[in-house]
Amino acid sequence: MATVVPALLDVAALREEFPALAQEVNGHPLIYLDSAATAQRPRSVIETVAEFYRRDNANVHRGLYDLSRRATERYEAARETVARFVNAADPAEIVWVRGTTEAVNLVAMTWGWANIREGDEILLTILEHHSNLVPWQLLAQRTGARLRFLDIDDQGRLRLDMLDDLLTERTRLVALGHVSNALGTIHPVREVVERAKRVGARVLVDGAQGAPHLKVDVQALGCDFYTISGHKMCGPMGIGVLWAKRELLEEMPPYHGGGEMIHVVELERSTWAEVPHKFEAGTPNVAGAVGMAAAVEFLESIGHDALWAHEQALVRHGLERLGAVPGLRLFGPRNPEERTAVFSFVLEGVHPHDIATILDAEGIAVRAGHHCAQPLMKRLGVPATARASCYLYNTPDELDRLVDALDLARKIFG
Amino acid sequence: MASLFQELILDHYKRPRNRGELDGADVDVHMKNPTCGDEVRLQLRIEDGRIADARFIGEGCSISQASISMMTQAIKGKTPEEALALAARFTEMMHGDADAARDRALGDLRSLAGVSKYPVRIRCALLGWNALEKGLEDLDS
Repeated sequence: MATVVPALLDVAALREEFPALAQEVNGHPLIYLDSAATAQRPRSVIETVAEFYRRDNANVHRGLYDLSRRATERYEAARETVARFVNAADPAEIVWVRGTTEAVNLVAMTWGWANIREGDEILLTILEHHSNLVPWQLLAQRTGARLRFLDIDDQGRLRLDMLDDLLTERTRLVALGHVSNALGTIHPVREVVERAKRVGARVLVDGAQGAPHLKVDVQALGCDFYTISGHKMCGPMGIGVLWAKRELLEEMPPYHGGGEMIHVVELERSTWAEVPHKFEAGTPNVAGAVGMAAAVEFLESIGHDALWAHEQALVRHGLERLGAVPGLRLFGPRNPEERTAVFSFVLEGVHPHDIATILDAEGIAVRAGHHCAQPLMKRLGVPATARASCYLYNTPDELDRLVDALDLARKIFG
Repeated sequence: MASLFQELILDHYKRPRNRGELDGADVDVHMKNPTCGDEVRLQLRIEDGRIADARFIGEGCSISQASISMMTQAIKGKTPEEALALAARFTEMMHGDADAARDRALGDLRSLAGVSKYPVRIRCALLGWNALEKGLEDLDS
């Protein structure tokens, strides 16, 4: 019954690297099952950020002194690390942003403004995170463009059979998540890109839940934009990346105006810096960038194969154990290979908020609510779900403890 | 956990009192907690300066729904001023006021006193009362 974790990932040793996991909450060892909201950080990331401030801190790209040169080097080296992580053709295709939300807004406000006209269509899916929905609503309201939506099937998978009907010569952009934050569904992005290209549409992939779990190769995916949040992949909060093809970045107008993003400034007009700095106005989050590079190196030291094997072991164990809880309705794909270890569910007779409170008393941290995907909740016909989301430091044993606590919730409300 | 999910709370959650719609309501207010999605529609009929009937339709957790259910029982027969005073007393209890938690005026509502120890759940317990306050304010203006 118990799933064996592949020997290639020593989870016990790995957990030692995460100081936040070694604590008690409400008298119980913390079981952290909210990594889809934000991951915990390994010592190497925490230390890298602290060390940057202790030793290399200076502003970047403007000082003529050694310390500033060092800070600049670390900042640009971090860009190269992330470029390698997503297999970008050129580090200049990596734009530092605050996270996926800013990355999507940046594309909507620059590329979108320059390219979307009245009557154009933007194709989204009904299970997008609000951050890959609301920026397009704003753009559509201002331009008169039309938003269209690809539906899902009863397992939370995209209805690819409806895709070709939704893709028309008016479709300028397809924007979809790589992995659903609410259901854990891994979307067949390459297939969507291929079909979108047939009608000449650009494709933005919201990789907030993709990059932490899957091997990302932006060139193989064939998309035009890919967005990442550092904090969901063991990096610091407040840092993330927009990857875009260089020719697109060159064409796009700037986002924020200010220092750093300019070439020559006159009183009435200015010219812009080269990409990617054209999009990086103001003092950037240098420590965040350096910390995100440390997170990339941490994940690379484990290796994607080991991460994936561990993820799949958790998926299989979770599907089996949660699937056996009476009255529990689990959402998302039933085929383990089509999903990550995100378990969104409702329990008959116990509201998700009450589940979260009961689990919290047992030291188990889960999320309850709409997961920033209100249209999806409506589509599923539930006001909210409880969501247990795993990462590389979680164990099948922790999922067993989750199931025990759910039994307790059923007893209290029975 | 037992101190939070008291029998009385679970009873009102499973068998809500005064659930439904009211014809010819003088107060009809809808309130939603956007952070968690809990919502309530509260309707009141006022006769001779008193709350003659109170009904609600709601969706949400045990705390929010039980609180609203008990509230509708407690406010019937009260003047709007008395109902608002009760709302103020209940809010004090939610903020940990020990005197309020012993106040007989709150009756069954005292079973919700344990919520005050769960700061993230206080807004659940207050949802119906916020609707009541808004509804009576609207009536006033």
